Amino acid sequence: MSKVTAGLDRVTRVPGVRGALIANSADGLVVAEQLMDGVDGRAVAALAGSLIARLARTAHSAGLRPPVFVHLRGDEGSILAAPGADGLVLLAVVGREANVGLARLEMLAAAGRLA
Amino acid sequence: MRALEPWVEAPLQSFLAESSARLTLLMTSSGQVVAQHGFGRSLDIMTAAALGAGIVASTEELARLMGGSRFEALMHQGSRQSCMLSAFSTPRGRWIALVVFGPETSVGIVRLFFDAMVQQLATAAPREPVRPTPLLAEDFEHELDASLKALLGR
Repeated sequence: MSKVTAGLDRVTRVPGVRGALIANSADGLVVAEQLMDGVDGRAVAALAGSLIARLARTAHSAGLRPPVFVHLRGDEGSILAAPGADGLVLLAVVGREANVGLARLEMLAAAGRLA
Repeated sequence: MRALEPWVEAPLQSFLAESSARLTLLMTSSGQVVAQHGFGRSLDIMTAAALGAGIVASTEELARLMGGSRFEALMHQGSRQSCMLSAFSTPRGRWIALVVFGPETSVGIVRLFFDAMVQQLATAAPREPVRPTPLLAEDFEHELDASLKALLGR
C-alpha cells in the first residue's frame, strides 16, 4: 500500500468521516480518493481546492504563513483540509457526529507525508 | 455575453458566473457560432470557431483510429491562461465549447461547472425538431453577417 493510500485509509477509519481525498489545489483535480457513495469527490476537489488556494494567497498577501489546517463547518457536517507539499491538499468530508479532533490529527500526519 | 438562441443564455450566464472563464464560445460541430462571451471582434469569433471545430474533428478522427470512444475534452494549460475545448451532445445536436480561463480559477472548477451547464442546456433546449436548412443558403453571407452582429451586440 502506498503512503498516499495508507494516509487516506487512516483518515477514513476515523468515526464519522465520509471520505477523504487528495487534490491538487492549483488545478482542483483529484489525485487519489476514498469516498463513500454519494460524495462527489470531483466537486469537493474543485471547490475546496480553490478555497485553499485562495486562502493561501490571502494569507500571503497579509504577510502571514499559509494555513496548516482548515475546518469549514456546515449544518450537516464539515469539510476539513490539510495542505501538504507541492500544492497537494488532503481533504475530508465528515458528518456532524464525526470525531473532528482525531480526524485532524490523522490528517496532519498524513499531509506531512504528501510529496 | 451574447447568444443567438435565448434558451442558451441562462445556462451560459450561470457557467460564466461560477467558473470565472474569460472567453467562451459555443458552436455547432460545423463551426456555426451559437453564443459567445468576451470576444470583441467578429474576425476573432470566426477564426476561433473554425479552429476549434477543426481541432475537435481531428481529435475525434484520432480517437476513431485508435479504436476508442471520443475524447471528452482537450486542455491546454498555460502559465497565464489555459484553454479547454470540449464537444458535447445537446438535443439540438453535437456542440463544441471553447473556454479560455486564467489563474483566477482552475481546471477543476471550469470542468465542474461546464458539466453543470451541459446538463442545464439539455434541460432548457426546445423539444421541437430542428428545421433542416440547406448547407449553403442563397443568403448565407447575409445570415453570417447578421449572426456576428447579434453575437457582438451591434
